[in-house]
Amino acid sequence: MLIKNKTPISSNEVTDLQVFNNRRKIIKAAGSLPLLALYPYNSILADSNKYQNIPTGPYSQNLATTPAEAVKNYTNYYEFTTNKTDSTKLAQALKTSPWQVKIEGEAEKTGLYNLEDILQANPLEERIYRFRCVEAWSMVVPWIGFPLQKMLSKFKPNSRAKYVEFTTLYQPETMIGQRSSVLQWPYVEGLRIDEAMHPLAFMATGMYGEEMPKQNGAPLRLVIPWKYGFKSIKAIVKIRFSETMPQTSWNISAPNEYGFYANVNPNVSHPRWSQSRERVLGGGIFTPKRKTEIFNGYGEHVAHLYNNMNLKRYF
Amino acid sequence: MLKAKFYQSLTRYCAHLICLLPFVFLCAAAWNNQLGANPVEMLHTTLGEWALRFLCLTLTITPLRKFLKINGIHSYRRMLGLYAFFYASMHLLVFIALDVNFSWTFFLEEFKEGPFIIFGIVTYLILLPLTATSTLSMQRKMGRRWKALHKLIYLAAITAILHYFLLVKSDLLKPVIYAAYIILLFSFRLQMRIIKNRQPV
Ligand code: HEM
Repeated sequence: MLIKNKTPISSNEVTDLQVFNNRRKIIKAAGSLPLLALYPYNSILADSNKYQNIPTGPYSQNLATTPAEAVKNYTNYYEFTTNKTDSTKLAQALKTSPWQVKIEGEAEKTGLYNLEDILQANPLEERIYRFRCVEAWSMVVPWIGFPLQKMLSKFKPNSRAKYVEFTTLYQPETMIGQRSSVLQWPYVEGLRIDEAMHPLAFMATGMYGEEMPKQNGAPLRLVIPWKYGFKSIKAIVKIRFSETMPQTSWNISAPNEYGFYANVNPNVSHPRWSQSRERVLGGGIFTPKRKTEIFNGYGEHVAHLYNNMNLKRYF
Repeated sequence: MLKAKFYQSLTRYCAHLICLLPFVFLCAAAWNNQLGANPVEMLHTTLGEWALRFLCLTLTITPLRKFLKINGIHSYRRMLGLYAFFYASMHLLVFIALDVNFSWTFFLEEFKEGPFIIFGIVTYLILLPLTATSTLSMQRKMGRRWKALHKLIYLAAITAILHYFLLVKSDLLKPVIYAAYIILLFSFRLQMRIIKNRQPV
């Protein structure tokens, strides 16, 4: 059997995609010429511009990114389905605007915030990070968003805020996966406050020079590059500062398999499979797996957060 | 008479073609880079699932024949069983060649950390002697022992489903469906045996 090998794709193809998509938007608009006078095309241009020419943030890595098509068509989004490809189509049912985020708990400025206001207050930057799933696959994504720390500190958490809990939208009418009980809904994730305030922790609203696709967690998703992907919760509607450790969804589902910390660690296997290597998406069939790095390669920045902890116990 | 024979072999060729279709589609998709974002996983899981499907189909032949009185399908049991072995072998080949890249260290690592893999290997080890003794001459030579040996295919179906159960993260739907199907087939067998025992000697 002869199998064609995909040529590796370098990061400059990311730009091609932006150009392609813009061109497509313009062509689409041109196609509806009679309507053109009525169409608020200024807003399309404004919209697409918002995610372009974004400055590169600190900690962004100079890595070849995974082809956008792979990232957009391979998502674990159990709110819609457990199938990583079908989620692309099903997630389009989600209405991401208007969107509000409720801030609760141990902070001064709690309340309901419009997403636009949050976006207005937090200038966008791009960060190319590795993303490692607990299922032993990984990718490199150019995320667009802002440091979580910047966003959270605006709500002025108080000294009792030891943890931060994040909650995904619960809407079984559109999120049809929530009608089945594969997990406890709504999806909840959490971080220790020092993890949340670490400059690597990122809140993303876009990727690959575009607004965040719905299947990838629009309009607001977490990106914690040194932890397994399930910590990077999607479609966030609530953030709560708390004194006690939040009960997180995968930990509730299988406490012996998915810990609260979930730091990427090749030396601590999942009870049912090895975590020592990972399949990097976008490679060819014959590309071998990559060795997984401790803290997904971000150890120099984050290892100190876990100085006196037994990582085998607090997995 | 000759015509009947011709039709018989024609249907057998068609059956072979149908059994090979999933494999052909998979190769075509691989050739055209259409296996999605994780092509190795797609190849691997698709082949594994077809191996399990062919196992289930093999086990379906006898109940079909006895309950629905469809005759002439008996000879297809061996064919389906051999295809189960074929897909299982391809599944294993993908694992060895593309997943652990022929590395004994990597294989042991995956094996040590993944208890589900042992059930895959056990399944394959059961299918091996069944395949080796699948010929008519072997069947004749072994007589009653052949029948006893080939009952192991039920065990293979069970270990294959355990293999599946142990590797899914939380959505057990598919392995549950396969398990339910095997239980259904078992209960047919039991019923047949009860009916047989009731008949006066
Ligand atoms: C011979 C040794 C075997 C090994 C080392 C092996 C290994 C594996 C591995 C590593 C996976 C996980 C694939 C992934 O999630 O990426 C898998 C899945 C699977 N295997 Fe095997 N396997 C073996 C034999 C078998 C046999 C004999 C059968 C069936 C008759 C089988 C049926 C399956 C099925 C149904 C899946 C799940 C596919 C899915 O997730 O949809 N395997 N196997």
